Amino acid sequence: MRYAETGINLEIDLTRGNIEKVATDPRDTELYLGGLGTNTKIMWDRVPPETEPFSPDNLLIFGTGLLCGTPATGCNRTIVSTISPQTELMAFSMMGGFWAPELKYAGYDKIILSGKSPELVYLFVHDDKVEIRDAAHLKGKGAIETAELLKQELNDPKIQVAAIGMAGENRVFYASIEQGRSSASRGGIGAVMGDKGVKAIVVRGTKDINVAPPAEYIELCGEGLDYIKHREGNPIPGVMPILAGLGSPQGMKVHDEKWHTENFMWGNSRERKRDYWNEKIEKEWTETLENARTRLVSCFNCPMECGATISMPGLPTYMMKCFTKLTYTMGAFSDLDFGLRIAQKATEYGVDGFSCPQVMAFALELLENDILTAADFPEMPEDSEGRFFYLLDKIVRREGIGDILADGTHWAAKKIGNGADAYAHNNIKKTEQLPLKLSMLNPVYFLMYATGEKMNITQIEGQFPQAPFATKEEREAFVSDWIQVPDEKFKQILLDWEFRGDNANPYYPTVEMSCDIVDWQETMHYIDDALGQCAGLSSFPLKPPYHIHNYPKFISAGAGIEMDQAKLTQAAKRYRTLVRAVNISRGMRRKDEKPPANHWKKRFPELEEQLLDAYYKLKGWNNDGIPTKESLHELGLDYVSDVFIERGILSDVEDASVENKVEA
Amino acid sequence: MTTNKKIKTIKSIKIDIDKCNGCRACEVICSAFHAMPKYSSNNPARSRIRVTREPIRDVYVPVYAGDYVVAECAGRDKYIIDGKEYDECTFCRASCPSRDLFKEPDSGLPLKCDMCEGEDEPLCVKWCMVDALTYEEREEEIIEEEVTPGEVETGLEALVNKHGIDKVADIVAQISKSKG
Repeated sequence: MRYAETGINLEIDLTRGNIEKVATDPRDTELYLGGLGTNTKIMWDRVPPETEPFSPDNLLIFGTGLLCGTPATGCNRTIVSTISPQTELMAFSMMGGFWAPELKYAGYDKIILSGKSPELVYLFVHDDKVEIRDAAHLKGKGAIETAELLKQELNDPKIQVAAIGMAGENRVFYASIEQGRSSASRGGIGAVMGDKGVKAIVVRGTKDINVAPPAEYIELCGEGLDYIKHREGNPIPGVMPILAGLGSPQGMKVHDEKWHTENFMWGNSRERKRDYWNEKIEKEWTETLENARTRLVSCFNCPMECGATISMPGLPTYMMKCFTKLTYTMGAFSDLDFGLRIAQKATEYGVDGFSCPQVMAFALELLENDILTAADFPEMPEDSEGRFFYLLDKIVRREGIGDILADGTHWAAKKIGNGADAYAHNNIKKTEQLPLKLSMLNPVYFLMYATGEKMNITQIEGQFPQAPFATKEEREAFVSDWIQVPDEKFKQILLDWEFRGDNANPYYPTVEMSCDIVDWQETMHYIDDALGQCAGLSSFPLKPPYHIHNYPKFISAGAGIEMDQAKLTQAAKRYRTLVRAVNISRGMRRKDEKPPANHWKKRFPELEEQLLDAYYKLKGWNNDGIPTKESLHELGLDYVSDVFIERGILSDVEDASVENKVEA
Repeated sequence: MTTNKKIKTIKSIKIDIDKCNGCRACEVICSAFHAMPKYSSNNPARSRIRVTREPIRDVYVPVYAGDYVVAECAGRDKYIIDGKEYDECTFCRASCPSRDLFKEPDSGLPLKCDMCEGEDEPLCVKWCMVDALTYEEREEEIIEEEVTPGEVETGLEALVNKHGIDKVADIVAQISKSKG
């Protein structure tokens, strides 16, 4: 018997219309856990580096986390993996919501899509019944609209639906997959779903998920709930309110947006408005949100209420996650009323709320600077709001200039030429980043930005405070109940960290300390992504209920796999290295690992090189960021080094990188 | 008719649908608690509390499994509350032929909430951290009516009038046999 997982993957070949239920190897669960870990193993095994994102040979994997569907609070994430059209590397965007547990209850751990359907279809999964069905009537429909239509058509409000909107159908490089209150947005996975001709995946399940040993597992879950209660009652003092609690930053609950609006660089990540927030704006925004917000809502089995149902007068109802509240609003330098209206359209179209507003601001900047001309924007309105609505429609339909902008700022700049490159200035690995521009280099953030393969800082950071505490007393109070640290040394690093002087950024935390902090933060995120645990209760906030000391117990008592801290850390390192191996085989190298040139004003090139050198070494990668033969061997990934040697990525005799033949 | 005064503890769960966030933690813990062996599995389809959740219409109604009924209602009404339309069935606790709610998914046997017998409070309440479900025990003085033979006779006469004496006698005989 399999515990926590079902042991069955659904393999769907869309070209031939073939559906198979394939038993998985329990040894893979032990080595790669589930979710992202086992997704990556499948990507490595079956998608060679020559495969293009829109090739029928590209896979689109919907993987549930190992513990999804068990009573572990907040464990509900679907990890979607494919080759991204935007980065041409592996994307592993994720979504919370209700879909992953439902798939588990239907009896499957993953749905693996291959091939391409000649006609637009949707997949129907209800326990043992799995069908590919015609979706011609859903073509062009919104993502939320599609889910509602399917609920009516199938006469079952209990189905869970993951769907794409028009952006996915038209292969917009930052198209999302939407699922009620959640979406998997980064890397253009919605475009791959559209390319495969799949409009939606409907799931409904009524089977059991087993855990063993049950009494221990439920006790762990109970302790988790108690800790959440404790943390909710005791927000962390001395940090800004959005960092004090658990869950996503509570943008749907909290009205005070002074920090985000004034500290981020909005528009095309250009302009910081230092005195933006005032009483009048706060009053207007509060009214707008309170009138629009019908209810705060949660994902499956989680009390956190990070989302909200939003009904703007005259528009269909939708649900919003926290940060989209600001990205359109501030991208257009407008107000929240506009932000909530355009987000309704954007959600139905299914686009990434980080990238899309920035692409639109980028286009307008090119117009202002005469790189694009008025002729590129026929009949575009004069006002900022009207222009954003206009551009959104052009992009999702790939009409006119929208066809170029639909590929994101990196590829659009290349096509436009004429100096447009300089305006695609906020990318890492071809992906638009949070609109932040800061002063002094932060060594920890430098490493996370440079080496992250999740393309999103919020999916890498967490655990270690973003800034030092002002006083000794505050520091001591913070470390006094910091049970989440994997090693006591992290407490000392924090105790000694100052705003100014020798123990301040950029030289403190030291290179070695920075590497350890980043490694810890990244490890926790990768564990979450294999277990299906939302980062909002784990790797993202300070002092979360899930950490390196109780996770091994959850896995032992949930999945029945013997686990301890060392074995879990090693497993996370294994599939984290495998993600890198996939990307290395697709040409990613050290040269790609850099934050935007203007991310910090004060840069330290020598220090930055030292940081990368040391971090690569800690991770077992050579100086070009390629995992070494020795470290691959230690992780049981000899099959990777065999391929690397065969392809000339690693040399047989030494670990220095040799000229890479497959490099793009 | 004679009467008897007694103190009875009434267990009740107060359901505040305005507070429900639709997370379904109640379904998870209920089905885990009632699994055999206890907590060895979970499956919301086996839960004795189900949340009707239609977020776009802002409909959130947790409802508990009540008694099994052999027949579905002849007519079904609709309620409009705060401008939202609810099917009467949304609030109904019955395990009923009209729907698959409150039935074991494998066997179809009816499920019924037992208030988590043996626990301090029903576990759905404990796991509902947004306080949509709260547990209350209250003592009520109840007047127990003792049914007199005269009342039974009246009832039986009505049945005889409706179904005929033979049928009623047959059924009484059958019931006596099965209880004997």
